[in-house]
Amino acid sequence: MTLNEKQNQIIEEFSVFTDWIDKYEYLIELGKNLQTFDEKNKTEQYLIKGCQSRVWIDAEYVNGKIIYKADSDAIITKGIISLLIRVMSEQEPDEIINADLFFINKTGLQENLSPTRANGLSAMIKQMKLYALAFKVKKNEL
Amino acid sequence: MIDVINIRKDFSVLNTKIYGNPLIYLDNAATAQKPECVIQTVAELYRTANANIHRGVHFLSEQCTEKYEQAREKVRQFINAEKKSEIIFTSGTTGSINTVATSFGEQFVFEGDEIIVSEMEHHSNIVPWQMLCKRKNATIKIIPFDDKGVLRIDLLDSLINERTKIIAVTHASNVLGTINPVRQIIAKAHSYNIPVLVDGAQAVPHGNVDVCDLDCDFYTFSGHKIYAPTGIGVLYGKEKLLEQMPPYQGGGDMISTVTFEKTTYAQLPLKFEAGTLNFIDAIALGAAIDYINKTGRQNIIEYEHKLLDYATQKMSAVEGLKIYGEADEKVALVSFLLKDIHHLDTGMILDKKGIAVRTGTLCAEPLLTHFGKTGMVRASFVFYNTFDEIDILCENLKKISLMFK
Repeated sequence: MTLNEKQNQIIEEFSVFTDWIDKYEYLIELGKNLQTFDEKNKTEQYLIKGCQSRVWIDAEYVNGKIIYKADSDAIITKGIISLLIRVMSEQEPDEIINADLFFINKTGLQENLSPTRANGLSAMIKQMKLYALAFKVKKNEL
Repeated sequence: MIDVINIRKDFSVLNTKIYGNPLIYLDNAATAQKPECVIQTVAELYRTANANIHRGVHFLSEQCTEKYEQAREKVRQFINAEKKSEIIFTSGTTGSINTVATSFGEQFVFEGDEIIVSEMEHHSNIVPWQMLCKRKNATIKIIPFDDKGVLRIDLLDSLINERTKIIAVTHASNVLGTINPVRQIIAKAHSYNIPVLVDGAQAVPHGNVDVCDLDCDFYTFSGHKIYAPTGIGVLYGKEKLLEQMPPYQGGGDMISTVTFEKTTYAQLPLKFEAGTLNFIDAIALGAAIDYINKTGRQNIIEYEHKLLDYATQKMSAVEGLKIYGEADEKVALVSFLLKDIHHLDTGMILDKKGIAVRTGTLCAEPLLTHFGKTGMVRASFVFYNTFDEIDILCENLKKISLMFK
């Protein structure tokens, strides 16, 4: 599935929710089911630190595609990360770097993009794109 | 008596709907809402009376200057300072503490000296002192608190020595709510000839503050937490100390004469009010004080006490809810965590129900570290809040608890 197809799928899933609490319940479920990060990897190296919650992101490059792993101490945040992973994981670096993540607006999650939330969505997306960029550079050097 | 129905009519923002729900504003310790009379004061001044103070000979300038100085007199009466010259307008509590840390520090703190603060301080009453200590090679000592959130003032004697230059302590904790026995701390400090700065940001909104009775050397608070606009605050300082301190900032209004060879400074309080001060909001702070006086400070204290007691009782009854801060004397705020649910999760869901609370480190990381926490949720109440709002908060906390089961 392409990155945009996955986004459209998420938008469709969210379209059934009539209020915010339903959305949050769904995000909580997603958060609970997100494959957890190794405790030993919850280090400064992978941490996006903020005043509200902590987020850890790691990535590997497997067969030309990037596989993300992430975790957070807050469950709703974890649910949001799980959507980002679903969209961006197992895609090629270029697709990720150039991705227009329109699902965020269409699902109403954009308020979490607030730049004052240092570890909000925008910081996570930035970190994920940086991983993609790093893998791309590395690949070109080989 | 507080007529909360009529009082709420003075705060039009309280009619706002948030995601379709009526706003329940429980983030008053961060900033309070403004009554119509304060908003009107600001708007009217800009519409009809704006002119720079202490400068012009023209009518509007003189009129504004007079109103500004009247506001200073209102503040003096409000905290019962002896002299008007001891009231300095600043940008807020942070501005006030930085003024003292910089200016008092410049004059009186040297290498090897010590400054005492408490473990429950807001970052605003830690960082300016750390910056001073770094400049001067001085050190900070800490008064700890116990697990109930009560300051261990029994340890004060062991912390004080001949190198102690100032004690800076909060009147009321912004996280625990604890009202500290500052009068006792000041008496003890004075027995060693050590001055005391009191951070009154959280105490002034909820009680009577009498700086003469406290005998504090410095007292600081913010306008925006007592229903005045943002960007205006107060530094009270004893005249004899302020006289000995150099100006904090240089500029217009704070000088007596200026030549390229030598500048002499203005008398108090203008020595500490460089540049064009936020005079419109200072006048509006006066209007906020009028509003508080009209409502009745004793009425406010009694009503907020009832709100705190009710909230403490109802919130304690929510299964799995732990309150941090169980001192006997508290201001009307409750910091808590619900089971092992992350503070951000609780806050985000309450938000969608129209309930505004504060989450996170609450600008007091050392305090949270005491409890081994990275964040908490805080509900803070003032006299326009209602018992019904507390009920709705508790119902939603119960629902959140189920959502995370």
